[in-house]
Amino acid sequence: MSTIAMTTDRPPVWRRLIGFNLFMGIIGAIVGYIIGYWIGGRFTGANIAYYGPEAGQNDIAIFLGYFGGVVGFMGGLGFLNYPFRRMLGHPPTLAEHESEGEGIGRYFRLCTDHKVVAMQYLVGIGVFFFIGGLNAMLIRTELLQPNTHVFGANQYLTLVGMHGSMMMGMMTSGILGPFANWVVPLMIGSRRMAFPRIESFTFWLLMAAGVVLITTIFFGGFQTGWTGYQPLGDQNTAGYDAYIGFFALVGVSMCLLGFNLIVTIITMRAPGMTWSRLPIFVWAVLATAWLMALAAPMLIAALLMGAMDRTIQTAFYVPGQGGSSYLFQNLFWVFGHPEVYIVALPGFGIVLELLPVFARKPLWGYRLAVAGMLGVALLSFFVWQHHLFVSGINADLRPFYMLSTELISLPTGFTFLCAMGTLWRGRIRFTVPMLFCLAWVFNFLWGGISGVLLSDVPSDVTTHGSFFSMAHFHYTIMGGLVFTFFAAIYYWVPKMTGFKFNERLAKVHFWSMFIAFNSTFAPLFALGFLGMPRRVVTYPTNLQGLNDWVSVSAFVLGLSMLVFLYNVVWSLLIKREPAEANPWHSKSAEWQLPTPVPVYDFERIPVFDADPYPYGVEPTGPPVVAPAGGVA
Amino acid sequence: MSSYGRRLAGITIATAIVCVAIGLYIGLYLTNVPGSSAATPGPAGVTNLYLGTVPAAETTDPHPDWVSYYVVNRTSTNWQHDTTFVLPANSLVHVTIYQFDGDSGLRNEFLSQATGTVGGGFLLNGKPTLAINPDDASHVFAIPQIGLSVPLEGVPDSAKNPCSNAPCPLSMDHETITFTFRTPGKGLYRWQCFVPCAAGFIQGFGGPMQTVGYMDGFIKVV
Amino acid sequence: MTGGQHFRRIVILWLISSIILTPLVVFVLAPGMPPGNGSVEASGQVTDNTVLLGLATPVALAVLVYFAYACWAFRERDTDAVLDGPAIRGNATVQTWWLVVTTVIVLFLAVFGSVELLKDGAGGGQGPNPIATPAAAKANPPLQVQVIAQQWQFTYRWPGYGGVETQHLELPANTTVEMHVTSLDVIHSFWAYQLGVKADANPGEDNIAYVTTKGPLTFNIHCAELCGVWHGYMFDTGYVVAKPQFASWIATQRVKYAPATKNLVPYSKTYFPDPQRRGG
Repeated sequence: MSTIAMTTDRPPVWRRLIGFNLFMGIIGAIVGYIIGYWIGGRFTGANIAYYGPEAGQNDIAIFLGYFGGVVGFMGGLGFLNYPFRRMLGHPPTLAEHESEGEGIGRYFRLCTDHKVVAMQYLVGIGVFFFIGGLNAMLIRTELLQPNTHVFGANQYLTLVGMHGSMMMGMMTSGILGPFANWVVPLMIGSRRMAFPRIESFTFWLLMAAGVVLITTIFFGGFQTGWTGYQPLGDQNTAGYDAYIGFFALVGVSMCLLGFNLIVTIITMRAPGMTWSRLPIFVWAVLATAWLMALAAPMLIAALLMGAMDRTIQTAFYVPGQGGSSYLFQNLFWVFGHPEVYIVALPGFGIVLELLPVFARKPLWGYRLAVAGMLGVALLSFFVWQHHLFVSGINADLRPFYMLSTELISLPTGFTFLCAMGTLWRGRIRFTVPMLFCLAWVFNFLWGGISGVLLSDVPSDVTTHGSFFSMAHFHYTIMGGLVFTFFAAIYYWVPKMTGFKFNERLAKVHFWSMFIAFNSTFAPLFALGFLGMPRRVVTYPTNLQGLNDWVSVSAFVLGLSMLVFLYNVVWSLLIKREPAEANPWHSKSAEWQLPTPVPVYDFERIPVFDADPYPYGVEPTGPPVVAPAGGVA
Repeated sequence: MSSYGRRLAGITIATAIVCVAIGLYIGLYLTNVPGSSAATPGPAGVTNLYLGTVPAAETTDPHPDWVSYYVVNRTSTNWQHDTTFVLPANSLVHVTIYQFDGDSGLRNEFLSQATGTVGGGFLLNGKPTLAINPDDASHVFAIPQIGLSVPLEGVPDSAKNPCSNAPCPLSMDHETITFTFRTPGKGLYRWQCFVPCAAGFIQGFGGPMQTVGYMDGFIKVV
Repeated sequence: MTGGQHFRRIVILWLISSIILTPLVVFVLAPGMPPGNGSVEASGQVTDNTVLLGLATPVALAVLVYFAYACWAFRERDTDAVLDGPAIRGNATVQTWWLVVTTVIVLFLAVFGSVELLKDGAGGGQGPNPIATPAAAKANPPLQVQVIAQQWQFTYRWPGYGGVETQHLELPANTTVEMHVTSLDVIHSFWAYQLGVKADANPGEDNIAYVTTKGPLTFNIHCAELCGVWHGYMFDTGYVVAKPQFASWIATQRVKYAPATKNLVPYSKTYFPDPQRRGG
């Protein structure tokens, strides 16, 4: 229950800034960085063989500075309060009191209301998504001409690396962060997540990570791309430390987010919410959460070893001194391949969750869909060497990984089949979220088929390391995740904020984005086949026509995002037309609550007694049978 | 002001701030675009290019400890920190390099022999030379796209009067390397050093070796 | 309209579009596709891609035709109505057929790909112990070339010709070549486009790729793995020339680079240039 403070009682602004919130967090970050940097400065000595004083950088100081900055940031936000109170002997307190408070201030501090954390995630990830997108526009500007360089070669490669890192680091939590945190407790009948403080922690850690990444340009940037291959990374100036810091923090955030979701889904389901009644979106979230929890630590380990190479004279990745470049590639891709399924699976979940609502039919093949999600998650750990087919790995391994990679298209196909079955003889309404889901079908189809080509080793010899694989993963990741990200936004944000979007602007956004997206990435398949490698600042002049077409399409894609931003600002911030409680006539649990959803979600914990997709069934009531007193 | 009006004003100010922030962000990446330096035209059809290589850049440079190439003049008195050279197409270019740095040794000894020059060799302190001892190499000037590669001999460790920071006068110990090459047709080409000379970096190939403006640059053929 | 009638329409639409498009893809588009037929391995890749694209076309068409038809036939015609469709939750027959058909396709592709791969290695790097050697290489010893990748150019070493190192690559026609790709510093990738060869260059590792050249050819070489600032500029042009021309070329190179050859370390499968050799 939130209290509305009387205007005469509100303390002055400077008074409200004192306390554990974002402002204090920023102060803490600056103080922590300075202290960490100073401590790191005490460690340098003439015996550091790799980075001598002539290099003009002190990586130990930078790493400790980042670490101190993050600790200071989290301390300023108040995350150290509960642990310290417990260490001092105070009894445990529930997290609920941290979700109280009024208005907009809740969004700038440690708030344990899962709905607040979800909105924080949505805005925070949105900001970094647009920064990554801006980088993409700058990359395409550089690639307009092969022989005129807008950016220096170092800066261009940093832009490429930042674009990839920003997207792969931030957007992996793109659906789980905002939407799983908001919707999953409501779908399973819980008032909160299992670990509300950890939930807020994962969000603020991700924001700290994003800031760390942006500081890379002040240290010279990093010229390794988002994959950060070693030993190239060891040669880099201190900008690579920002890359390591970013992904280490993202890895911790991802691991904890996944862990939190797993425990919530397993232990906090309301009575009657059996495994076979779990909405498919929750299954997708569960599968993704397992991948996050298990794969992220591999990345942290790989990067920690890289950090040690750069600071304390280890040689994990330096071949001449006993290390191996293969070590990094394998460690990275053991994380990297589950990572791309972390990015793809929530999209599957969103599509299969929304199609029943807009086709007005139950989800077709529920068991098959669940098997598909879990099958993808399991198989994703067994395919990573397909990134290394021509690297000189043991030649006996290649047929095995070819088979396992091609097998993963089977559970992916289940999702397609269930989508097809759900539309069969339905009564389809082409709302904006539905349009984005149908676009997912189109995009992921091409992404998936190009993936089958890449999984075939002889074909991979043609296309590995070229723009063909770029087109493949942009079709699956952007065409998959980003389109479903927008589907989820248009679907749930009216409920989350209580304000409706402008429908016409939304449709303009969709069509311009869909057409511009395909116009941008389809020619990349051709460019790859024509021999253009990835991450290059120049190319043969005969490829300029195609590159220019792609760049112009990319600019149009950027403009379509501006349409979306305008819609957000106009509809949600300025005009603010109230939304109905259930504009999509969905029978899912979260739509049976009033808009805006009260702080404690349900007045009483619901009891579930029907399957989650009771469409076409008599009576067509909501799946939740609330005790007397109701939820409305 | 009404709540609606307040929101509108707030959004407008926020949008303005965001646009400025985007401009600053792009500006951060647009810095360090290499400058360009014209070569000195010589008598009829021959262009002269004078370069200097030093163990450390000027003390006022953002990286005062990094090795670097500089564009100089015949008397080594005018030092410009530029690594983009503008040269005429299909012409002979006569290059003189005043080499002030100590030796680091070649990673690939193949580069101890000069290739791509007119006449097949170069002049080391006036003496015609084809190849140097790989351990004596301090830097290399190479334009891989046209097959040019010339090793630059290092100042021996026993030198009495070595130069430490740019600018370096000819009175201090140095090696003089001269060679001639023919520029190709119009276009943008890149040049680099091949010696792992980036002191302080692993394998000597980080920092200045990978930064345009120090040990890498462009040849703009017009 | 019954479900059966819808299904028949979809199948007919799919058959028509497949019968039109698949031959176009297989016979018109795919054979002309890169990397072309410059070498035996490149031709193998073209064949492989042709089969893959030929199988992908009907599969993609099945999905596209179905969704296009469904969006047209099953749309809610009354824009204000929110009415439910039939409560169909699954169909065991359809699921079984789908599972069987997709599994068969996937297993066929895996077997086909393995056969193509094991035939001659498909031009890809196989590491120091290759298992897929072209038949010709088993009969006569292949021409050995070492590709040395360094930041930022490729050089080539010829163990059979006195260990001479050259700046550019020329290969004799109609010859099986065994390429040993290695690096002196970071990870690069040797991509000879028209030859259909791609092998990563790892420092301290020997990555072997086989290629059997055909007639005279000009081919582009690019580095295909980000290796630092000039990765985009790490390219070269190579040539496949007639055997006598190759013999005279390599002889000229040996004479031209005699001073450098004296300074080179002995030929070896991998090199570990001393990392302590750096300036200062």
